Amino acid sequence: MFDKTLAELAAGLRNGDFTSTELTTAWLERIKAEDSKYNSYITVTEEEALAQAKAADEAIAAGTAGPFTGLPIAHKDLFCTQGVRTSCASKMLDNFISPYDGTMVAKFKQAGAVMLGKTNMDEFAMGGSNESSYYGPARNPWDTDRVPGGSSGGSGAAVAARLAPAATGSDTGGSIRQPAALCGITGLKPTYGRVSRYGMVAFASSLDQIGPMAHTAEDCAMMLNVMAGFDPMDSTSVDREVPDYTATLNEPLAGLKIGLPAEYFTDTLDAKVAEQVRNAVAEFEKMGATVKEVSLPRTELSIPAYYIIAPAEASSNLSRFDGVRYGYRCEDPKDLEDMYKRSRGEGFGEEVKRRIMVGTYALCAGYYDAYYNKAQQIRRLIQQDFAKVLEEVDVIMAPTTPHPAFKIGEKSNDPVSMYMEDIYTLSLNLAGLPGMSVPCGQVDGLPVGLQIIGNHFAEAKLLNVAHQYQQATDWHKQAPAGI
Amino acid sequence: MSLDRSDVERIAHLARLQIDESDIPAYTENLSNILNLIDQMQQTDTSGVAPLANPLDAVQRLRADEVTEGNQREALQKAAPAVEDGLFLVPRVIE
Repeated sequence: MFDKTLAELAAGLRNGDFTSTELTTAWLERIKAEDSKYNSYITVTEEEALAQAKAADEAIAAGTAGPFTGLPIAHKDLFCTQGVRTSCASKMLDNFISPYDGTMVAKFKQAGAVMLGKTNMDEFAMGGSNESSYYGPARNPWDTDRVPGGSSGGSGAAVAARLAPAATGSDTGGSIRQPAALCGITGLKPTYGRVSRYGMVAFASSLDQIGPMAHTAEDCAMMLNVMAGFDPMDSTSVDREVPDYTATLNEPLAGLKIGLPAEYFTDTLDAKVAEQVRNAVAEFEKMGATVKEVSLPRTELSIPAYYIIAPAEASSNLSRFDGVRYGYRCEDPKDLEDMYKRSRGEGFGEEVKRRIMVGTYALCAGYYDAYYNKAQQIRRLIQQDFAKVLEEVDVIMAPTTPHPAFKIGEKSNDPVSMYMEDIYTLSLNLAGLPGMSVPCGQVDGLPVGLQIIGNHFAEAKLLNVAHQYQQATDWHKQAPAGI
Repeated sequence: MSLDRSDVERIAHLARLQIDESDIPAYTENLSNILNLIDQMQQTDTSGVAPLANPLDAVQRLRADEVTEGNQREALQKAAPAVEDGLFLVPRVIE
């Protein structure tokens, strides 16, 4: 049962092979028995899950069920869930019980989904290893001495360890795609504005986007069907029709034009990872796709541009945590300024404080043109590079990460080397483009991700391309040893 | 770009972050390294390039100025560290 996809579980529920209550109970028991190895959950919501499962079983019996009714999933712990702690993996919000559901969470509830719990993450989604979590790092099920990636590392680990059939994530600079790659699962970052972020704790508002993480492209399509759509509560939400993402999964790929960006296949890339990615591309050629080399000449500049824009926006967004209205407040403040400084100093972890300080510095009077404005100009150039390439090809294929999962502690004292690992994912957020990571091989027993990049709102095409690959290969079906 | 101790103290103050004395050298080093990484972008000529603030070049959507939210004071104040009579409590600011 734990190896089944959402699509298979949905069929089982419809056929009466099992009930949602049986499914949910089995998963909750598995989490209880196994998660101490992976630390993938911050909060398990057993009571809520069983109540939702019971309601789903009633809907199935009454014939009012939809495609998602009764399916268990986990939510990253930066999505507000009414009556349930929403911690953002921070001491700052360790005591925060959200008074409302975010839009995406509410949509899954309306669709009849069952929430198993809230997954671990890098604190405030700032990181690529899950090591900055206040609750300790989540661990990679393929090798528990290694990171699961981040920031949606708990979601990646939970799905890979079969502790949830699927999970939600958020992606500001790669936080869905990178853990998906390192954990050997499938993840999709949609186009900026495709999924409402109302009720997602904001990190960098011009970059943040919510998306699905699951075993297959088909499951991601089922989830995006629930998640996508216009929401007046998010001022960046795009008012545009939502297609049925499952309807086009089986379109043939003959004639598909694939671009391989030369700047992604350099010395920065582990040669063994490169080989796996090239093998995957060869698989598409067998399906009738054509491949050409393309150029994204400003790829390296995405790192400095991102590490100005994201911290600048974060420093502004996180100013709301002041110890007054919610969240952590220090003991015995002697005056207002002392309360602000100590509440924030004690409530935030190191990486969050570093980024707030970089952002504060960059936004200082006199520095705006040299930093934030300059980064926004480079952002325009990066977007133009993508636009030009996407006139010539249908999709761009590349590695998701330069290396497989690294060891816990290996990079945690060197933020710059950690940032360099984001080189292949950051530029999509800067350009607002959708991207997927799909398991495409292994290096020394660790999974490797193929990144598939498309034009704005080309999610259906990306899912179609990924699904066809998963019909021809079985990397997405591989499970870590002992699972 | 290299920062010194006083820069880090000034930035921490602007950001209203209490930093332990003993942590300042590590912050100074890490922030300097990050700013060096960021300074790579200064080599790129961007004259005449329009900054991109929203990846879809969208502008803020307007809405009618109508009340759409009911009063949820009690529910919202449940999450506050200290409240009294429906007000948020903070340390005394006026003697």
